[in-house]
Amino acid sequence: MFTYTLRRLLMAIPTLLFISLVIFLLIDLAPGSPMSQIPLTIPPEVKAKMMKALGADQPMVIRYLLWCKQFFVIEPLHIIGNWTGFDLAGNAQRVVSWQSRSPVADVIAQRMPQTLMVVGLSYVIGILIALPIGIISAYRQYSWFDQIGTFISMIGFSVPTFFTGVLMIVVFSIWLGWFPSVYDTTLQVTDWASFKEQMRQMAMPVTVLALFNASQISRFMRASMLDNLGQDYVRTARAKGLTERVVVLVHVLRNSLIPVVTVIALGIPTIFGGAIITEQVFKVNGLGALLITAIYANDLPMVQTLTFIFAVLIVLFNLVADVLYGVLDPRIRYD
Amino acid sequence: MTDTVQPPVFVLDMALAPPRNQWWDVWDQFRTHKGAMVGAVVFLLIVFAVTLGPYLWRIDPTFIDIKDRNKGPSLVHPMGADQLGRDILSRMLSGGRVSIAVGMVAMVLGLIIGTSVGVLAGYFRRLDGILMRITDLFLALPLLPLLLVMVMLFRDPLAGSFGPEAGIFILIVTAIGLTSWMHTARVVRGDVLALKEREFVLASRSIGTPPRRMILRHILPNVMSPIMVSASLGIANAIITESVLSFLGLGFPPDFPTWGRLLFDGVDYLQQFPERVIWPGIAVSFTVLSVNYIGDGIRDALDPRIRGR
Repeated sequence: MFTYTLRRLLMAIPTLLFISLVIFLLIDLAPGSPMSQIPLTIPPEVKAKMMKALGADQPMVIRYLLWCKQFFVIEPLHIIGNWTGFDLAGNAQRVVSWQSRSPVADVIAQRMPQTLMVVGLSYVIGILIALPIGIISAYRQYSWFDQIGTFISMIGFSVPTFFTGVLMIVVFSIWLGWFPSVYDTTLQVTDWASFKEQMRQMAMPVTVLALFNASQISRFMRASMLDNLGQDYVRTARAKGLTERVVVLVHVLRNSLIPVVTVIALGIPTIFGGAIITEQVFKVNGLGALLITAIYANDLPMVQTLTFIFAVLIVLFNLVADVLYGVLDPRIRYD
Repeated sequence: MTDTVQPPVFVLDMALAPPRNQWWDVWDQFRTHKGAMVGAVVFLLIVFAVTLGPYLWRIDPTFIDIKDRNKGPSLVHPMGADQLGRDILSRMLSGGRVSIAVGMVAMVLGLIIGTSVGVLAGYFRRLDGILMRITDLFLALPLLPLLLVMVMLFRDPLAGSFGPEAGIFILIVTAIGLTSWMHTARVVRGDVLALKEREFVLASRSIGTPPRRMILRHILPNVMSPIMVSASLGIANAIITESVLSFLGLGFPPDFPTWGRLLFDGVDYLQQFPERVIWPGIAVSFTVLSVNYIGDGIRDALDPRIRGR
């Protein structure tokens, strides 16, 4: 198991390098990059000097390697230096946002809590709703609960989050006036009243995302339970005289959770992608909104960094899912 | 006497009945899935409405009638008119045309790439390692951010060389196609690997069939079922992705309606005219829901363990 994890960790390095190459090339080769937007009135020799000063006249390989060095060596050194107080990187140039002229890492660190609070909470709530629904749906297959449950999860799975979000704004903030339609990031939770206000503004984005996640996970849970309920060991357990409660909630549930846990792990990075839309709808000032504004403003360092962070999350949780699968299921041995 | 004669005649009849194409069995199973049948009817209705609708409802979606702006539903404008006095019904119809066209073309593109990669990786062992590594790498890419970046970077040059509408159409279809083929490739590869060991492939190889004809005549027809399931998932995925891009303002230009774009434009008038958001939202949701139900039905119909029960 340990050697497998180690091997997978080593395999992740070329994957991440490839992804960084894709992100670098996509932005470098694109015809719309700012390097091609130098005004025509600037004389060619000045233009050549500008390119030289920016290092844009170097061959592509050199530029990629330099970009990698700044990205993987200098920037992490700065971040670790900030945490520990040691000056590790000296005066080396940081990755700076073209919008705000401040280091990209600082902006991301500011935005991270909002995303984690809204998205993380919605994922947890989604899982908590999905598991019981999936279990009951599978145990009482084709009952009215199952019919309604699968229908609702099909709807939650098909209706795009930008529509459910907008619909909730129409119903709950315009018609009923219960919740604010815009998320206020500056709100500080200090006392009971501000805590209530925070709950009110989080209610809608969390509900939208939780519904979407719950519908996906409950489909997996139901399918996995159905696979296991028909197995021979279930008949054996019943024949031994175990109570129905023990059979379903201990024997079947534990076995059915194995694939579901990996699906949950795999879903964590896609949540950040899905949250881009929800954050945009409810104006939550998180990572997704940061990416969209950076794209509108042509802020390439910010776009590259955020895209790469999303990629790291995907690779990391793929690894976690694979390792979890091996840990949880004794039938699977990677060695 | 008579009842001893009757049964053999019946058995003889069965024996002489012409062999049925397996797709008829699939169709029979598909018909028993109620959700899938309703989904198929709804989807066909939507497709007919958006293809034939603009010929029947002849108001130009870009025609500006400033006198009628922000009018509610009336006989002239059954869904009302928007802030410039353009008819919302005709915008919905032509918007649906674009949305569904994007969905179909992107799905076909994704299927072609996915099937080719899957078949090549499954059939030729030498290509297997490299092609599957590429598939894994693509699966690890953050797709939505990359799509947004692609649209941001390539929109203007493509719009310049193909015209604003055609350029964006090509860009969005290619971008969605290039980022949605991986699951098809994986499933097809698995099926091809299993098929390759079957006797009919061995028989066909023993009479000297070249690989090209082997793939086209023997392998491809036998992997049609996973391809059809991923086709239905692909349409739903492509329609949602297109409307997400339009919703984020990185899709089609404003005077070229799609459902996502109409929803995006409607958000500005959410307080006064919520129906402008609800109509396109319902259209997207119904289309995707019906396609997903069709996909469920196809999957059940093609599963030999369920069929015939």
